[in-house]
Amino acid sequence: MGTVILLALTGLGLAALYFLVASGLSLVFGLADVLNFAHGLFLGVGAYGTWWAAGNLPGAGPDGFGFVLAVAFGVAAGTLVAILVELVLIRPLYSRTIEQVLVTVGLSLAGVALLQATWGADARTFPRPDWTRQVTGILGAQVPNGGLLLIVAAVLVLGAILAFLRWTRYGLVIRAGVENREMVTALGIDVRKAFTLVFAIGGAAAALAGALGGVYFGTVSPGQGGSLLIFAFIVVVIGGMGSVIGSAYAAVVVGLVQQFVNYYGTSGLGDICVVGLLAVVLLLRPQGIAGKVATA
Amino acid sequence: MEPVLTVEDLSVRISGLHILQGVSFTVAPTGVTVLLGRNGVGKTTTLRAIVGLTPPAGEVRGTIRMGAQSLLARPTHRLVRGGLGYVPEDRCVFAGLTVAENLRLAERRGTIPAYDKVFALFPELDRRGRQRAGSLSGGQQQMLAIGRVLLNDNRLLLVDEPTKGLAPKVVTEVAEVLERVAESVPVLLVEQNLAVVRRLARDAVVLAAGRVAWTGDARELLLETALTKSLLGVGSAEVSSPSARSELASPAVARKDRH
Repeated sequence: MGTVILLALTGLGLAALYFLVASGLSLVFGLADVLNFAHGLFLGVGAYGTWWAAGNLPGAGPDGFGFVLAVAFGVAAGTLVAILVELVLIRPLYSRTIEQVLVTVGLSLAGVALLQATWGADARTFPRPDWTRQVTGILGAQVPNGGLLLIVAAVLVLGAILAFLRWTRYGLVIRAGVENREMVTALGIDVRKAFTLVFAIGGAAAALAGALGGVYFGTVSPGQGGSLLIFAFIVVVIGGMGSVIGSAYAAVVVGLVQQFVNYYGTSGLGDICVVGLLAVVLLLRPQGIAGKVATA
Repeated sequence: MEPVLTVEDLSVRISGLHILQGVSFTVAPTGVTVLLGRNGVGKTTTLRAIVGLTPPAGEVRGTIRMGAQSLLARPTHRLVRGGLGYVPEDRCVFAGLTVAENLRLAERRGTIPAYDKVFALFPELDRRGRQRAGSLSGGQQQMLAIGRVLLNDNRLLLVDEPTKGLAPKVVTEVAEVLERVAESVPVLLVEQNLAVVRRLARDAVVLAAGRVAWTGDARELLLETALTKSLLGVGSAEVSSPSARSELASPAVARKDRH
């Protein structure tokens, strides 16, 4: 029983990480039709920003409020990069899909190279509060606190995004834009502002995933964003492009399948099962679990 | 009177197809001007070019002016904020949003939305505020699409096939609303239902093969059965029979003519 609880909660921790990356990716694709292969860069910037701030930013550190400040710095850096990417590189290329893919793929490669050139290719030990290295006993299972932190963060982010979509004017514009972007402009709304906003939201969530992923894994490396991005894309497709709720459901399914199959089967089999699940969803329900709806 | 809209030598190419080939016409500052033509002649393309919704791969040339102001190359949201209201073909309500949310989207900062006017025209929208727009009937969706545009002041309304696919009773209701709307704002209407055209339109512009084939008084056009048949493909019985004439003239009855 303890093993099942442990696998379930660590699977949910992984799911939380996937959701944080996938939620922004899904909104960006749903609203702006941009398949952003550079999304992993925002995660990398968040992780390295937090790592750098914990050691260099006055007031920041690996513990207590200092750690909160370091994470806030990492998230702000990731958000800023996301906004700049949208304004400078993506905005001139809306409706030019192939160029967008080339630019975002190139940017993701260049971003990894830049992180490597600046801080080296080797993984760095991530500064994290002591309590995140410890475990908490839940129903007989010793669950790492880092995973629980990720779950709490993902639930809070999910709630915040849903509240934003449901209760704010821009949330309304985004929900409408995911359904029919052209009609939003035909009502006199400059939908490009919403594009920038979803990039900022996506960048912030991915940067938070980078910071908390560093806590979860204990290290940060330049390629971390890229490898997580693959599973985030799978989550987005399974959940339904544009659906935050769909991404949450899909992340839970993918995280749990990976964790349980990797434990009870062979290591790595869980990843293959997830790809198989993706194929099944594409064949039977290509619009994903929730379809193209920015649910609030 | 100066026209509210002037279109001169408008050409639109999309994916290699030369859809509009030098279209020129004007829209009077009052009443309804109807844009007619067989399917595929470029009526919707014309409206979309005016409101700046030609696909990015398309090419638009010519002149489009609202008053003295050139509309070409201006983004759609600015045109709409400048007083160009657009009700698209197939309604395009946001199915996942409620009726109230659909209306709220059309609100603009710094202006007071005319909910009183909209709910006076469409009381059902007020009653169904919490209902998802996707679950409305076709007629209710059309009312929502028109109501959304009427929340703000407009200098010109572009309305694309508002009665398409609607039941005859609803067609009559929509026509009544457009008639009342046209008392205060000029309308450029694309419409296939000749009963509605006869009831609403003062001027007509007929497109054929991407060019203007005829302009003039809409009722005169409908009385010229040979001309109507050649331009619109409508049989003489549909336009000139005594029963059809009485239907066309009657506000209470609307038919779904197709060609």
